[in-house]
Amino acid sequence: MTEAALEARGIVAGYIKGLPILSDVSVTAREAAITVIIGPNGAGKSTLIKAIAGLVPVSSGQVRLAGQDITNPRPDTLGRMGIAYVPQSDNIFRSLTIRQNLDLVLRHAGSDATARRDELMQQFPDLAEKQRDKAGTLSGGQRQFLAVAMALAVKPRVILMDEPSAGLSPRASQEVLEHARVLADGGVTILLVEQNVKQALRLSDHAYILADGRNQINGPAAELLDDPVVGQIYLGGKRMGTA
Amino acid sequence: MIGVISYLVFFTTVASILAIAVLGLNLQWGNTGLFNGGVVAFFGAGAYATLILGGTPQADHLGGFELFYPLALLGGMLAAGLLAWLVGVLTLRLRHDYLAIATFGVAVAFETLMRNAEGLAGGAKGLRGFERPLREALGDGFTYNLVFLAFVLTLLIVVYVFLGRLIRSPFGRMLRAIREDEVAAKSLGKSPSRVRLTAFVTGSVIMGLAGGLYATFYAFISPQDVLPILTFQIWAMLIVGGAGNNAGAVLGTFIIWGGWTASGWALSRFAPIEAQLYTGTVQFILIGMIIVGMLMWRPQGLLPERLVVSQSGKPENKHKTGSRR
Amino acid sequence: MIQSLLDGILVGSILSLGAIGLTMAMHMLRFANFAHAELLSIGAYAALVFDGLFSALFPPLAAAIAPLSLTWALSLAIIISMAVTAGSAILVDRFVFARVRAIGGELSMVFASFGVALVLRNLISLIFGLKTQLYSQDIVFAVVISADPLLLVKPDQVFALVAALVIMLILHLVLSRTTLGYSLRAVAENPTLAQVSGIRLSRMIALIWIIGGGLAAVAGVFYGLTNQISPVIGRDLVLPIFAATIVGGIGSIYGAVLGGFLVGIASNLALVILPSGYSPAVPFLIILAVLLIRPNGLFGEARE
Ligand SMILES: Nc1ncnc2c1ncn2[C@@H]1O[C@H](COP(=O)(O)OP(=O)(O)O)[C@@H](O)[C@H]1O
Ligand SMILES: [Mg+2]
Repeated sequence: MTEAALEARGIVAGYIKGLPILSDVSVTAREAAITVIIGPNGAGKSTLIKAIAGLVPVSSGQVRLAGQDITNPRPDTLGRMGIAYVPQSDNIFRSLTIRQNLDLVLRHAGSDATARRDELMQQFPDLAEKQRDKAGTLSGGQRQFLAVAMALAVKPRVILMDEPSAGLSPRASQEVLEHARVLADGGVTILLVEQNVKQALRLSDHAYILADGRNQINGPAAELLDDPVVGQIYLGGKRMGTA
Repeated sequence: MIGVISYLVFFTTVASILAIAVLGLNLQWGNTGLFNGGVVAFFGAGAYATLILGGTPQADHLGGFELFYPLALLGGMLAAGLLAWLVGVLTLRLRHDYLAIATFGVAVAFETLMRNAEGLAGGAKGLRGFERPLREALGDGFTYNLVFLAFVLTLLIVVYVFLGRLIRSPFGRMLRAIREDEVAAKSLGKSPSRVRLTAFVTGSVIMGLAGGLYATFYAFISPQDVLPILTFQIWAMLIVGGAGNNAGAVLGTFIIWGGWTASGWALSRFAPIEAQLYTGTVQFILIGMIIVGMLMWRPQGLLPERLVVSQSGKPENKHKTGSRR
Repeated sequence: MIQSLLDGILVGSILSLGAIGLTMAMHMLRFANFAHAELLSIGAYAALVFDGLFSALFPPLAAAIAPLSLTWALSLAIIISMAVTAGSAILVDRFVFARVRAIGGELSMVFASFGVALVLRNLISLIFGLKTQLYSQDIVFAVVISADPLLLVKPDQVFALVAALVIMLILHLVLSRTTLGYSLRAVAENPTLAQVSGIRLSRMIALIWIIGGGLAAVAGVFYGLTNQISPVIGRDLVLPIFAATIVGGIGSIYGAVLGGFLVGIASNLALVILPSGYSPAVPFLIILAVLLIRPNGLFGEARE
């Protein structure tokens, strides 16, 4: 197995002091692999991602990036550390054009900015066509791709993705997840939260199940896909609603 | 000695009148979270309307309806309520800022109108021709003031008890729910803007009552009585006493009014003559610093609110509403 | 009538400058800052002080730039004043608003700004006195630009208008063409996403105050130049400036520009009908009209 690129250990975190949403959660994302976190609504999946990103204070536990302690980072320093975060919703600036969105995240890239932008545009031809339109006019799938493009702009080592397929058509969500696979195969470490459990497990390497702010089960994604208990809870008749 | 007592009666009367206005503001800000930047307009509407309705006929301005005094006072409250309703209907469904700006604006407009519209209320000269009720029976002296103080204190107690009951009632709970979390309040099935409007108008009516009493006490009102500083003073009284706590509101009134009176006296007595012009300036700075200082270091005031506000800013679920997600 | 229109446009440019900073702060820091207009007073007085200083130290600078009453010294003083005012705005934010923001809600900020306004305004009175002052005692005569109908314009007014328009154009270019501008707009739309996109929030807040304070300083000086300087500039302009932001739609910078001109023009035209004593109330009537007809203003988005 490959190395741990990002590791969260014994995380206790919450929005209100003394009222933790996560009580003792540990997750390890291995390098150049997709690690998926699944679990019912309100389990604390988004909270975990936000805690790693420094948007929710971690009161106990540790987050490590390539062995270095980065617990409670200032969110604006994530990029510098090589971490990108794609939030669950509102993950693009609607009032800016597509191009401005990209220029914004590339603003410290200096002379490389233009080249990098063109590269991204080639990678996402849909966006290239509309680069002068306001991002608010994009379709759901296109928005997710813009969000991913913004995350990729600074060539991160680690990407945190919170339900990138939420609200997308099955086709679009398949596309987004497949793109994540391509990225991981290219060497990027991905920590993914997903509601499309089957799809996500198929594409991921490792999986964690979270419920009630605690780890439940974890293991190789393929094994969980075949696990009868997981199958009963998540893949069986009753589907969870999307958040 | 009689001088001291007579002064104390005077001081207590004015402070009690102001306390009524502060209680009105407390309903708006303390209990409902509505920012009223123009308290003085509602106070002034009550004052002017009371004198116009209850006064004797005047040649040069409106007035002289010679209404029975309690009716005049009620008319003053009604005028304040109408003004509040107008402002509230237009702003309460918008972003919070709009109410702050519109109320601030209404106070500026009110003062401007009173200063200029001579035919309406005497303009800069103020409103004359008001006979204090029961003056014939009680005269103009100490006795009158004592009886008037008793009257004001009675009304203060009435307002105090009324508001105390109100905020403990389901309606009061609703107000706090709206203040803390509008979305949750909406899920209780009430229209927050309607409830906020009711609270805003009720608070303003109480300010109108205070204004009416104030005008009655002096038997005179002029634009000098409805300057923006009064709004600031009333705010300072509330924030010092403790927003959300009626006892605090009254306590804060006496502290600030005492401090204001004392500082004015001290400055006029001990400050050099050439600096006398700046007495008000210094006092305004003090009031501003009290407001800012309280917000920075003790936003809950001297007597904090006792009813359900948790640290988080979310309402504590003391009363099972069952609909919070 | 046409004269009123003209005067309205001239005053409007000053209101626009004030309203731009106010609407930015309201949008990005999410509170109605009643102390914003005091920044105009600070700007006007800071320029007065440095104007005097420069004229005394380098007498040649005291010469007026014909045909204006504006001197070289004052022109330099404006630049210093922008820095002083921006600095004051940042200081107030750091010492007062930042703390209130941390422990209270948005409305506590509104409330605090009331207190700050009261303190600033009266400190200025205490330091500089209650009397009104002028930058220049020289009387510059108005230029007759048309005899029938009679239209008069002071060169200073035209200068103020042109300078204000140039400043607005520069701001427009910054916001629409530079990544700094995108960053500001990003913070306004979604502060969390802006942060994770690498934007440092505290820097942007400082930048908002720098822009707001700088523009307010210019507005204050122009107001002093075309009217007079007094400690109550802030008190007199706070409502018109708020009216401009509401007309334009809270948060819209272009709305604030247009709103400033509209309020300036409307206020002057209103005085054709109303006695001049009523002028302080006109902005309120404008606010009422906007709330009745189009509560979100010309360019505002509906926001809770
Ligand atoms: N901003 C917030 N403030 C307070 N509580 C929150 C906030 N966001 C989420 N929560 C609470 O935290 C819990 C976990 O939420 P979340 O992490 O979003 O769940 P998930 O992403 O697994 O669906 C939920 O009970 C939710 O109500
Ligand atoms: Mg989630």
